[in-house]
Amino acid sequence: MNIPYTSEVRPDTGVYNAKLGIWLFLASEVMLFGGLFSAYIFLRTGAATWPHGWEILNIPLATTNTVVLISSSVTMVMAWASLAGGNFARFRRFLGTTVALGVAFLAIKGMEYGMKFEHGLFPATNTFLAIYFTLTGLHGLHVIGGMIVNVYLLGPGSKMWRKDPQRFTNRVEVAGLYWHFVDLVWIFLFPVLYLL
Amino acid sequence: MTQSTSVEHGSGHESQGFWRTYLFSQDHKTIGIQYAITSLLFLLFGFTLMMIMRWQLAYPGQPIPLIGKFLGEANAPDGIMLPEFYNQLGAMHGTIMIFLGVVPLGVGAFGNFVMPLQIGAPDMAFPKLNMMSYWVYFAGGVTMLGSFLLPGGAANSGWTSYPPLSDIATIGQTAWLIGMFFLITSSLLGSINFIVTIVQLRAPGMTFMRLPFFVWAQLVTSFLLLLAFPPLEAAACLQLMDRLAGTSFFLPSGLVVSGQVVQASGGGSPLLWQHLFWFLAHPEVYVLILPAMGIVAEIIANNTRKPLWSYRSLVYSTLFLGFMSFIVWAHHMYITGMGTTLGTFFQVTTMIISIPSVVILAVLIVSLWGGSIRFTTPMMFACAFLPMFGIGGLTGLPLGLAPTDIPLHDTYYVIGHFHYIVAPGSIFALFAGVYYWFPKATGRRMNDTLGKIHFWGSLICINTIFMPMFIQGLAGVSRRLYDGGAQYAHAQGVLSLNLVMSVAAWSLAIFQIPFIINFFVSIRKGKKVGDNPWDATTLEWATSSPPPHGNFIRPVEVYRGPHEYSVPGAARDFLPQNDPA
Repeated sequence: MNIPYTSEVRPDTGVYNAKLGIWLFLASEVMLFGGLFSAYIFLRTGAATWPHGWEILNIPLATTNTVVLISSSVTMVMAWASLAGGNFARFRRFLGTTVALGVAFLAIKGMEYGMKFEHGLFPATNTFLAIYFTLTGLHGLHVIGGMIVNVYLLGPGSKMWRKDPQRFTNRVEVAGLYWHFVDLVWIFLFPVLYLL
Repeated sequence: MTQSTSVEHGSGHESQGFWRTYLFSQDHKTIGIQYAITSLLFLLFGFTLMMIMRWQLAYPGQPIPLIGKFLGEANAPDGIMLPEFYNQLGAMHGTIMIFLGVVPLGVGAFGNFVMPLQIGAPDMAFPKLNMMSYWVYFAGGVTMLGSFLLPGGAANSGWTSYPPLSDIATIGQTAWLIGMFFLITSSLLGSINFIVTIVQLRAPGMTFMRLPFFVWAQLVTSFLLLLAFPPLEAAACLQLMDRLAGTSFFLPSGLVVSGQVVQASGGGSPLLWQHLFWFLAHPEVYVLILPAMGIVAEIIANNTRKPLWSYRSLVYSTLFLGFMSFIVWAHHMYITGMGTTLGTFFQVTTMIISIPSVVILAVLIVSLWGGSIRFTTPMMFACAFLPMFGIGGLTGLPLGLAPTDIPLHDTYYVIGHFHYIVAPGSIFALFAGVYYWFPKATGRRMNDTLGKIHFWGSLICINTIFMPMFIQGLAGVSRRLYDGGAQYAHAQGVLSLNLVMSVAAWSLAIFQIPFIINFFVSIRKGKKVGDNPWDATTLEWATSSPPPHGNFIRPVEVYRGPHEYSVPGAARDFLPQNDPA
């Protein structure tokens, strides 16, 4: 049985199924992180004292990480654009770079976590660190999830390119939309946690 | 994901082997039936928990007969229920009935089975996700049930899991949170799948304003699940951090438990949980009721043999209801000491949201007017839904206004109110749906006589359970009392009602036996029916009973609105949506 509009666009809605699906998924993700950001605001406005992020956290490392993650978003778009132009080898290079940048992001984040733990700063220490670790931890899980998808598209998943290039290109586009969202969350996290 | 390689057949009649056909099926109809059977079993289980609780309420401190000695020494020594066990039963009754019973039955079962057929789709947009959604739900159910076996038993902080109590509760609460992660994931996968299917896979000619109302109800419900559940997931993350990583999101500074100051950094707020929880849990009310309204609307149109009165008001009211349900949540929190400005906002939005609810109910009632009503079993359940939901809705109005809510809050009045919505409301509609679509799923009809015994018995018993709750609540009897209020002077006058309610609850169980027999016997022995036994117009009746894999042998095209009954000049009293005539 064939499900219609798995790779071709439905004319009256203008999207294929997975694209609508990922946008809906991202809407729910907005609500998830929205819930947590609201929790942050709620706790901060209700707190007697609240530290400035920069007193505790490492801004140079986080700035580096911001650059790393934005670059990975750029390479992700390039990967998709390469496929849309029919250049599979270029796609592999760009998606490979995206994955590598994801690894770099997690490595730097891990370093930051390690430095906090060394100084005896844990989630249980105070509410600021609790929300810091929860938000960045959940974001980190999202980065890992995105990397698993990207590695799959780079490896076993790329076999689809020969059989059904349109569908494979769509998959990369959908994975890209998710990856940009993860990037966007970080762009909100960085000022909220580090700069305010 | 690679379904282009897995199912590549046009008409779709090949056998897929036992495992793929019955257990790990990707066919929306099989998944719908899996959801139906699992959730009906959970409903029965959740009801059983309540029947055990009702013994304690009717006869506080007396040994439970028959099953008392099987409950375990830690829960009920010598068959006498301990307060801790009562709390577990109460928390799990609510959790199971809502998250494992009514929602999976209304959305997972009926939505899955009926919706793709009604829009003329071959299946859901993402069949693999659909299968995954069922199995993740199943895992959530197993986690919830398994938590009874943990040291300290299952979660015991109420279905609302309010901190600080839930933060310091036994390990069963951690299992509850993990179970909720499973259920949230399942409903997320399901809701994305539903919305994409409705938007993308409608048959040619099936415009939005030709969708059966049931499909509209599922569409709005899916949006509620999609957008309201994540904040609860966020809250569950925070509570899990509190319980496992020692954070204090919900623990205020200087919290004292059993005379000891809790060792935690403090600085958190129990109110934060309440906000995040009710941000889900109010839309959840509409998740419980909208599929039920969808079912009732279809059955009423079919059995009055006339179109719904003002289909458009129904659709627009449902959309407005869905939107408003996101901005009323704090009317569950009037007694938390919220300021009058905030309270006013939520009172106003709550009064506003009652308008579309009333419009929907009015449309359904007025639709009966002038019809030549066939009192089939599904129609009787659907008709009973109307006054029952009416009672539930009207008794909710005083709870939406702070001055009347404050004395009524946390009394049995509240329990009576929301049970009228969900039990003789939603569950009656779901029963109606089972009787109505059973012939489509099996090719056989359920027995009408047994159905009517089931209906009348349930209707009388269920009102005998919930009506006295209003009386007790107005007398000031609190909910969640282990002895049903026996130790309170103000409860003495209405205490005797506890026995009445308990006997009614046990009788209700007896009246479910005809349903269970009817359900299983009819699968094999029920009267055989054709494709369209109810002379209905919507597309699910345009294919065989049961429909084949892929749903429709020939592509369907839609020419008209969903409920064209008794059209003047037509040869028959119904015009199917795919009838070009």
